Amino acid sequence: MKRTPIYGLMAEFDSPTELVVAARKTFAAGYKRIDAYSPFPVEELAEAIGFQRNGVPFVVLVGGILGCLGGYLMQWWIATVSYPVNVGGRPYHSAPAFIVVTFEMTILCAVLAAVFGMLALNGLPMPYHPVFNVPRFRFATKDRFFLIVFSSDPKYTSTETRVFLESLAPRSISEVPS
Amino acid sequence: MDHPSQGIVPPQPPVIEPGYTFATVTDKISSIVLTRPVSNGWLIGFGIAFLIVMILLYAVGYLFVRGVGIWGVNIPIGWGFAIVNFVWWIGIGHAGTLISAILLLLRQAWRNSINRFAEAMTIFAVACAGMFPLLHLGRPWLFYWLFPYPNTMQYWPQFRSPLVWDVFAVSTYATTSLLFWFVGLIPDLATLRDRAESRVAQIVYGILAMGWRGSARHWSRYETAYLLLAGLATPLVLSVHTVVSFDFAIGIVPGWHTTIFPPYFVAGAIYSGFAMVLILAIPIRKFYGLEDFITERHLENSAKVMLATGLIVAYGYAIEAFMGWYSGNRYDSFLLWNRLHGPYHAWYWALLSANIFFPQILWIRKLRTNPLALFLISGVILTGMWLERFIIVVVSLHRDFLNSSWGMYYPTRWDWATFIGTLGFFTACMFLFLRLLPGISIFEMRTLLPEAEVKSP
Repeated sequence: MKRTPIYGLMAEFDSPTELVVAARKTFAAGYKRIDAYSPFPVEELAEAIGFQRNGVPFVVLVGGILGCLGGYLMQWWIATVSYPVNVGGRPYHSAPAFIVVTFEMTILCAVLAAVFGMLALNGLPMPYHPVFNVPRFRFATKDRFFLIVFSSDPKYTSTETRVFLESLAPRSISEVPS
Repeated sequence: MDHPSQGIVPPQPPVIEPGYTFATVTDKISSIVLTRPVSNGWLIGFGIAFLIVMILLYAVGYLFVRGVGIWGVNIPIGWGFAIVNFVWWIGIGHAGTLISAILLLLRQAWRNSINRFAEAMTIFAVACAGMFPLLHLGRPWLFYWLFPYPNTMQYWPQFRSPLVWDVFAVSTYATTSLLFWFVGLIPDLATLRDRAESRVAQIVYGILAMGWRGSARHWSRYETAYLLLAGLATPLVLSVHTVVSFDFAIGIVPGWHTTIFPPYFVAGAIYSGFAMVLILAIPIRKFYGLEDFITERHLENSAKVMLATGLIVAYGYAIEAFMGWYSGNRYDSFLLWNRLHGPYHAWYWALLSANIFFPQILWIRKLRTNPLALFLISGVILTGMWLERFIIVVVSLHRDFLNSSWGMYYPTRWDWATFIGTLGFFTACMFLFLRLLPGISIFEMRTLLPEAEVKSP
């Protein structure tokens, strides 16, 4: 029988405090390719697994700037170049009247960038992921907290990593088949 | 009172009753969708709402066949019920965005148990609102002419027109509300996916959850994106009703051409929106036994918001009346006289009682925490805000500068059928939403529990 390759080792905890403490210790022990799973956002967790900055704000800024410039240029081009309409001698390039649509386009593009940028950076949608192979992982969206050390970590060995994770006093440890 | 600070800061009642854990919060909210059988009450309620949706379809179908002539609109009152209902519905949506975005930025944790269904309310209200201007177009099947797209007629929208601004504001608002709501749902859809027993539910919720697994990296980006969405939705929601008020204020008709309109419209929108939140929250918490999550504090806070925004609206009426007198403009002062004594004076006095005088009983604390009283007051406020839009649209248009262009407006049965039909559409959507999706944000409720806090070692 062919041995299934292992994706990582997963430890289960009862509370967000235990998970954050365990994640900090694991990161300090030299494991860098790790991840943690919680049923609600835990602010300290990202920093505990060494995740410093995310790209979402930059994506949103770019989206907003593009929406703003695009919205204004569209109106300018339509009103002065493509379809100039003389309304009582008012200037074709009537900037104050263009503010509202420029503003709305800024918000719209920034919102689209925020939602789709966040999903893209997270690699979602991703219907299959190895962590779903662990039966107890379905409680990760209810009341359990999980820490995983990926087998791709240079420090990972199946025995030593298991001994290390056991020293963190988890509720259970399971191998994640990939 | 033995501690001096007690007199300054009264102790706040909890936003979630004690004794809950991550598991029980999850079970209680998800069981409404996953395990509770369909009750007779739900079937009857949904059935009635669905019948009213059929009335809407009939009214709209007949409109498509015969045209807007079946409505009571005429010249000079070209806008009639369609625009009254449009402004009313879009205003109701504003409370949902206020609760989900502005209260999030202000760190009002109590919002976590009402934001989900308030956002759903926003989406359904905007859907109802969006129908009216489109039906009012005369040729609704050509609605896409409103958007700038290259076409063989070689024409473009007129960007100096507030009506075009409105198209952009409302469609941006609808898109943003929908995406904001969906982003908030993703972690809860994952919870439903993992807890569903039936294969169909697992697959459907699984597709919608998009493989969410609660990774710390994902949560970090998710929280950033959610906060930024709230920050973007906040100026947006204020801009939407401002732009709606520009539809009127840019015109020169007495009663429309006034600078107080943007703030006064936004306050009125939030006023009616919170009334709708209470109309929905009070039965929901009763029938689904959610009194522990939607507590008296939520009801009281909503009542206080209504009281405050109601007073801003009253200030708007006072300034309109004052300017009518103080400006010395005969058309403006005639408008004031016409509102008080003209053909629609009964509607104006009903508006003043429903929006200003009657809601003052909310100063009494006992009534602010009494669900039945709040439910009734909210109904009165919603009626009053609808009357306000009727007064602004119809009374301003029916007596303009020239006697020769004066007229009267009488809504027909098709006007009423369309309006009541959208009420049914809104209610039917809410019924479906409560059965198919978690009506309270499960993951945000978990963060309210004491054990969600990470204790420093």
